[in-house]
Amino acid sequence: MNFETVIGLEVHVELKTDSKIFSPAPNHFGAGPNTNTHVIDLGYPGVLPVLNKRAVEFGMKAAMALNCQINQETKFDRKNYFYPDNPKAYQISQFDKPIGEHGWIEIEVEGKKKRIGITRLHLEEDAGKLNHTDNGYSLVDYNRQGTPLIEIVSEPDIRTPEEAYAYLEKLKSIIQYTGVSDVKMEEGSLRCDANISLRPYGQEEFGTKAELKNLNSFNFVRRGLEHEQKRQAEVLLSGGIIEQETRRFDESTGKTILMRVKEGSDDYRYFPEPDLTDLSIDDEWMERIRAEIPELPDARKERYVNDLGLPAYDAMVLTLTKDMSDFFDATVQAGADAKLASNWLMGEVSAYMNTNQKELSDTGLTPNNLAGMIKLIEEGTISSKIAKKVFKELADNGGDPEKIVKEKGLVQISDEGELLKVVTEVLDNNQQSIDDFKEGKDRAVGFLVGQVMKATKGQANPPLVNKLINQEIRKR
Amino acid sequence: MAVITKDQVKHVANLARLAITEEKEVEYYTEKLATIIEFAEQLNEVDTSGVEPTTHPVPLVNVLREDEPAKGLDRDLMLKNVPEHEDGMVKVPSILG
Amino acid sequence: MTLFNHSAKELQQLLHNKEVSAVELTDEAFRRIDKVDGDVKAFLALDEERAKARAAELDNTPVDQRGPLHGLPVGVKDNIVTEGLETTCASRMLGGFDPIYNATAAKKLDDAGLITVGKVNMDEFAMGGSTENSYYKKTANPWNLEYVPGGSSGGSAAAVAAGEVPFTLGSDTGGSIRQPAAYCGVVGMKPTYGRVSRYGLVAFASSLDQIGPITRTVEDNAFLLSAISGHDPYDSTSFDVEVPDFASALTGDIKGLKIGIASEYLGEGVGEASRNAVKDAIKVLESLGAEVGEISLPHTKYALPAYYLLSSSEASSNLARFDGIRYGYRAEGIENLEDLYKQTRAEGFGDEVKTRIMLGTFALSSGFYDAYYKKAQKVRTLVRDDFTNAFEKYDVVIGPTAPTPAFKIGELIDDQLTMYANDILTIPVNLAGVPAISVPCGFDNGLPLGLQVIGRHFDESTVYRVAHAFEQATDFHKRMPEIREGLER
Repeated sequence: MNFETVIGLEVHVELKTDSKIFSPAPNHFGAGPNTNTHVIDLGYPGVLPVLNKRAVEFGMKAAMALNCQINQETKFDRKNYFYPDNPKAYQISQFDKPIGEHGWIEIEVEGKKKRIGITRLHLEEDAGKLNHTDNGYSLVDYNRQGTPLIEIVSEPDIRTPEEAYAYLEKLKSIIQYTGVSDVKMEEGSLRCDANISLRPYGQEEFGTKAELKNLNSFNFVRRGLEHEQKRQAEVLLSGGIIEQETRRFDESTGKTILMRVKEGSDDYRYFPEPDLTDLSIDDEWMERIRAEIPELPDARKERYVNDLGLPAYDAMVLTLTKDMSDFFDATVQAGADAKLASNWLMGEVSAYMNTNQKELSDTGLTPNNLAGMIKLIEEGTISSKIAKKVFKELADNGGDPEKIVKEKGLVQISDEGELLKVVTEVLDNNQQSIDDFKEGKDRAVGFLVGQVMKATKGQANPPLVNKLINQEIRKR
Repeated sequence: MAVITKDQVKHVANLARLAITEEKEVEYYTEKLATIIEFAEQLNEVDTSGVEPTTHPVPLVNVLREDEPAKGLDRDLMLKNVPEHEDGMVKVPSILG
Repeated sequence: MTLFNHSAKELQQLLHNKEVSAVELTDEAFRRIDKVDGDVKAFLALDEERAKARAAELDNTPVDQRGPLHGLPVGVKDNIVTEGLETTCASRMLGGFDPIYNATAAKKLDDAGLITVGKVNMDEFAMGGSTENSYYKKTANPWNLEYVPGGSSGGSAAAVAAGEVPFTLGSDTGGSIRQPAAYCGVVGMKPTYGRVSRYGLVAFASSLDQIGPITRTVEDNAFLLSAISGHDPYDSTSFDVEVPDFASALTGDIKGLKIGIASEYLGEGVGEASRNAVKDAIKVLESLGAEVGEISLPHTKYALPAYYLLSSSEASSNLARFDGIRYGYRAEGIENLEDLYKQTRAEGFGDEVKTRIMLGTFALSSGFYDAYYKKAQKVRTLVRDDFTNAFEKYDVVIGPTAPTPAFKIGELIDDQLTMYANDILTIPVNLAGVPAISVPCGFDNGLPLGLQVIGRHFDESTVYRVAHAFEQATDFHKRMPEIREGLER
């Protein structure tokens, strides 16, 4: 029997606000344990939450970027459960009126496009962090408590681990473009749980699902799902049944391991949070936030291909991050040829960033100086070879390419009279090459051009040198 | 049928993390809760069709705070009332013990 | 010394004239507490050293920088968090709890120049109507020490009635300020929901709780409410509305004012003494020129069950944070987490608190939410609408504060529903979020009775005006319990 796999993903994304969602404690990663707290985060007796406006706006922005409908009348609810990382023993979340619903994103796997539905996107607070020891106790750090989160729940539209991977890549890229989160899985600002079940092809009803946890990279999500898909198929084929259970992915073995079997559903006793007021989002507020959403990666790709004539591959690479895409746009805006700008960014610039482990903004490059350098190449002021020197200088120290070229004497020699003297001298000193040429060995010209370039420290205009040598050699 | 059974009381006590295990205690609370719940049943006399539920007695919307951070709480102060702590963190028994 | 027979206004004049100092007033409070609190048992914790130091500081404040309550002593209910002063909510769960921040209301007391002398007793986590549910002590009614002072703010009312302090703060979720004020023959105000910040009030039922003043006179009460009111950015449900000088509303003139008397408030379950006292009060109000008419608040009967479901549901969530991990009581010798939770909470909470936590947990649990919690929320809407309708025609609504005067300590401990029914006339007010005051209006067998005056949202001024006019036209507030007369000699 063949099975169809059904996958749904729950993604938590930490929002990059300055303060927490319900308290004024600082919201940043990497501080010493329990130093970024407020009595509100600790659930002290008597404290009350007050909602962070920016967290709401970030949530709205993400929801809109994911094509969700905004619930203009929305509210918060309490989700009640006891756990040491949950100091109030309830998490303030959104139950029946999430800020966003009915969204979708488009993914592409093996050239085929597909829409994955987003059931809901809601705002909530993150919990603290529990550090387990080997001595029978755990230690709690409440720094993360109260960090604003959005939870994004997909429809069970995903059919393969590859699609799940593509969905996460796309989701991450869109959120990253909106600027509401760093979406770094290694820092925990993006986290993913996966639900997976199998059903015989043609069956409408879903099979019993397993929930996968501890998926610490997109790759692990894919591998975990691949393993779970195989495991469930084996169980079903051997006549077994799938239990509703939570399983964790083990990175070292690549297998999923049973954590617990779910008995019925948890009773979280959701009820409306009386300490917060309802939210009423008017059209004006919504449109103001919508206007703040930058052009998203798919739209940019389309524009690069259709308007700027870039190959699809270039468009894809350039839009991987918003930084790169913004830089590219600004470079073209500053007057650079789009394809040349693309070549430089994908080639030298990316290589430089990789080698030096630097972000674009940490280099000396600006869209203006990169565009300036490209123009110098186009005008023939510098050769491509010289350009690499100029580029290194710009990337290391910044500055004005024109100035650098002048100060360092890197201007290309395109004066025919000046070059003719050098060519004549080279020909005079290389009779052997002239003889070779006459015997039909075209390579000899290459050698002679090299000699001229050497004599001019690479500054000679190569096409002109070529022309002059061909012209002069025939005279001999 | 009883409005609340002993099993339900045990379930509720577990949800609320209250150690109510001895049979006498369970009976005691079952009786108490049953009295109140029976009393509350009179709400069924009220026709509430078309009535919106009230969460806040006085309506108010969109109370929000600007995203301005304050300094974090001093950790020594934070740990002042904590029964057990270690390395600046709050100590709790592990889940299984 | 008869100092505490003076009004706040008179005391301020004495301070102004340097006939008395804040230090002397504070000493007087501690002298009185020392003398009678062994019998009354209103105080849980005293802050003598800090109070005296603070009084000395306040005596140095230039006269032109002093407000109307400057240099006067005050007691604070033990569910209002006070920095550096043990706050227990009268529960074993918070024994020894040393708060690291101040409630907004406590801070406002400081800002007004009031001197907090200590924390007063209450029913554990404000759940109860007799202060018998305190883990620490049973407060007595100063009028008869065998009787309860009411609750949950029993300590607040008893301390004022016994003359230990001129004012206290209480909190009111279903009548917890007004009912003890009535039982103890003092004035207690539950302000509009959102008038006083709840930040630092240990939550019982978030959508019902409100802090308010308990005082000997209406005028003092108005001064104290002005001092603690106002928008607080730390409480999302506190309203950003102007705080009037409530004392300036006390004109004594209620001519032409329309007063509704709810027929349900004089009906079944309300004792004869309470009924008669209110009927007499109506005559007084009419003689002052008010127009009194009968109205109906048809859903009054259903307020009580709705209240118990809603307040217990919210409480089950609000009290879940008491788990022995970050503060408060922690059960000993426990090896695993689940047992730590269960044992700590079973040992730390008293009987009534556990009952309500379980009731609330049940009402919110899967399968029962719609039938209990949501149904109660809908009934709440109807109760609120009753008041909205009444206030279209009437400026205030009056009735008894409680069906009967105080009962004997221990008398109702096994009669849960009768105990709950004592709040039947105060609970609808909390469900609607409107303001209401209790002012002395008579006696029954030497025990005081209270008249409740209910107003529109944020119209405490009119409530005060009516209560004040009534008070000034009667002598009830001038009578003193014997135990207090002993102090005044």
